[in-house]
Amino acid sequence: MDGFGLGIGILFPTARDEEERDQLMNSIAPIWDANQTWLVLGAGAVFVAFPVAYGVLFSALYIPLLTFVFGLIFRGVAFEFRANASRKRPWNRAFFLGSLVAAMAQGLTLGGIVSGTKVVGGRFAGGPLDWLNPFSLAVGIALIFGYILIASTYLILKTAGAVQERAYDRAFWSSIIVLAFMILITFWTPIHYPLVLKFWFHPPRIYFIWCFPLTGLMAFYVLFKSLEARREVSPFFCTVVFFLSGYLGLIASLYPYAVPPNITFHGAAAQPETLHFTLWGVAITLPVVLGYTIYTYAIFRGKVEKAEHHY
Amino acid sequence: MMDTILLSRIQFAVTTMFHILFPTLTIGLSPYLVLVEFLWLWTRQEIYYRMYRFWVKIFAINFAVGVVSGVVLEFEFGTNFSNFSQRVGNVFSPLLAFEVMTAFFLEAGFLGIMLFGWEKVRPVIHFLATCLVSFGSILSGFWILTANSWMQTPAGYSLVEGKFMVTDFQSAIFNPSTLNRVGHMTMAAFEASVFTVAGLSAYYLLKEKHITIFRRSLGMALVTAAAFAPLQIFLGDVSGRQVFHHQPAKLAAMEAHWETNSRRGAPFAVIAFPDPGRESNSFEIAIPDGLSLLVTHSLEGRVLGLKEFLRQDRPNVTVLFWAFRGMVGIGFLLFFLVLWSVILWRKKKIFENRTFLWTLLVLHPLGFVATELGWIVTEMGRQPWLVYNLMRTEEGISPIPAGNVVWSLSLFLVIFLTIGSSYFYYILVTLRRGPDLASPIPLVQRPGGMKPLLEINRKST
Repeated sequence: MDGFGLGIGILFPTARDEEERDQLMNSIAPIWDANQTWLVLGAGAVFVAFPVAYGVLFSALYIPLLTFVFGLIFRGVAFEFRANASRKRPWNRAFFLGSLVAAMAQGLTLGGIVSGTKVVGGRFAGGPLDWLNPFSLAVGIALIFGYILIASTYLILKTAGAVQERAYDRAFWSSIIVLAFMILITFWTPIHYPLVLKFWFHPPRIYFIWCFPLTGLMAFYVLFKSLEARREVSPFFCTVVFFLSGYLGLIASLYPYAVPPNITFHGAAAQPETLHFTLWGVAITLPVVLGYTIYTYAIFRGKVEKAEHHY
Repeated sequence: MMDTILLSRIQFAVTTMFHILFPTLTIGLSPYLVLVEFLWLWTRQEIYYRMYRFWVKIFAINFAVGVVSGVVLEFEFGTNFSNFSQRVGNVFSPLLAFEVMTAFFLEAGFLGIMLFGWEKVRPVIHFLATCLVSFGSILSGFWILTANSWMQTPAGYSLVEGKFMVTDFQSAIFNPSTLNRVGHMTMAAFEASVFTVAGLSAYYLLKEKHITIFRRSLGMALVTAAAFAPLQIFLGDVSGRQVFHHQPAKLAAMEAHWETNSRRGAPFAVIAFPDPGRESNSFEIAIPDGLSLLVTHSLEGRVLGLKEFLRQDRPNVTVLFWAFRGMVGIGFLLFFLVLWSVILWRKKKIFENRTFLWTLLVLHPLGFVATELGWIVTEMGRQPWLVYNLMRTEEGISPIPAGNVVWSLSLFLVIFLTIGSSYFYYILVTLRRGPDLASPIPLVQRPGGMKPLLEINRKST
């Protein structure tokens, strides 16, 4: 959810003029905060469900995670500061750089997790830069292009005319780059982290693990075709499926390890009472949240107006 | 080279002290907006619509900074205090999860409609959005204070091999200090925000611009302040007595009270220069029996002195003593300001008395100062404990090199300086521009029989 918001930020310098930048911002201004809250929930969920993983991973990934936060800070305030500024350039830059840094840092975090973490006695025991390696850098770059892709498909939905045309072009070439990176990373992951190879080719995973790349490829194919046919809604949803296939495939590959290679989900889990209590809370609140999230999206549906949103 | 413990503590202090300023205004200004919008829908007087659109600009800028500085804190538990997080996760983390699920999503979700949905929804839906954003912000304050209060007065847990296991969520959430701390902080947010509205309104009245709107704003702010200021003093007293019961070392430090009184009442030190080395105050002006009266409501009540506690279990007396007095002093100052306003109101001079208006303007940030001081008292007073009497702060930090924290702390300082000054700059820009009286009211919002605003500007600029 936050991804396409970050992608719009990354695309910011491609806008031809201030009016187009306004359009880009307006396409997400009413919803970026709610989108970001899903991310906040994600971190909170890791803390609740797997406090050991939370503690170990957040210590291990100190630098990329806080870099991520720094990016988010600038990206977030850019919305309000830019709207009120007469000189918009510094905040245009802040919006772009904040989004870019956040996306890169996310990729470094993800790559860092897959790269494995040194754990002794249930506590992080490695160095501050363990996460930094060519693999995680590749994941970071892949994620940047991934967000460019999903933002472009979002803009196809929300804009018209020349802006939309450019969005189609961008979706086209970024999808190819993302596919290339997905293939690269799919093959690189087992080299980087051999345990995954063992998982893939043994039961029970061998029976279903291939579903994920297959779904991804299918989604990619449909995406390509719908871009060619100038469809408006389908590219975004294909991209979402594409992303999901990648993430779910990754989790299916790493399972049962929450913190590869040592800590399992089971071992990192909170006590049952905590999980039950939280589960009840989430079961009640999540449908409500989803309900009014859909409601808000419905209210702001349709193409973005040219005039700047002002409050 | 400073070590990880001290650096992490400093970083957490810097990030929280920066962050808290923004939700304080969010929690306090949003009910004011609810009231203003209600009056708009109820009376159909255009003045309320224009007031709302003005104050919401400030609200929006403030909200964004609050959100981004808050994400920092959620991550900081894991990055800098992972041992703490791993050991208390069972009890502590669900409270944060509920904060996100029930409060953050509510605020963030309906903020979009509140800011951008004027033309897209019916007026009553927009009003509902304003209400829900306000409710969400107060609710988030509730949850985070339950978590913080649990650290101060832990309950509903059992310790198994150093790990905190939850036994009863109700006791953990409604631990002994939750309710009064929630009340005291929420009231602090209300009071600080309302005095800010008053101070900024006074600015316009002094400049004799947009007099009609800001007389109304100021009037509403002062009416609510009249209720909040005395109430906050009462809530402060309740909090103080709760600290006396559950955290006696903190209270003793707050009062620079060294010796447990045995025969007569404990004196209340108005001024004192604590000397921790000699375990006494090198200078003191005190009211006899005052402290006993304050915390036990009897002249001879026994109050434990700092000497009852081991040196390593005592918090920093000097900081606590002065921070506490500062906060209380501001609380009474604001109360006297309210009394003054009542006197002026009865003389019908409240909007004309320039001294009063200047005082409001100059003193308006004090509510925020008091809030920071209060947090310093409660958090530094909790030291050396992270979980009171059960886990020391040094046991809770992450196994990371100090260099990490030097890196992040320097960046936080630079970033917050930049963002903070930009924040003030854009608030000033908004104030300079003043209320927008010219933009047409969206069709859907325009009621039949609207009573238009006739603005008075004595000066033509």
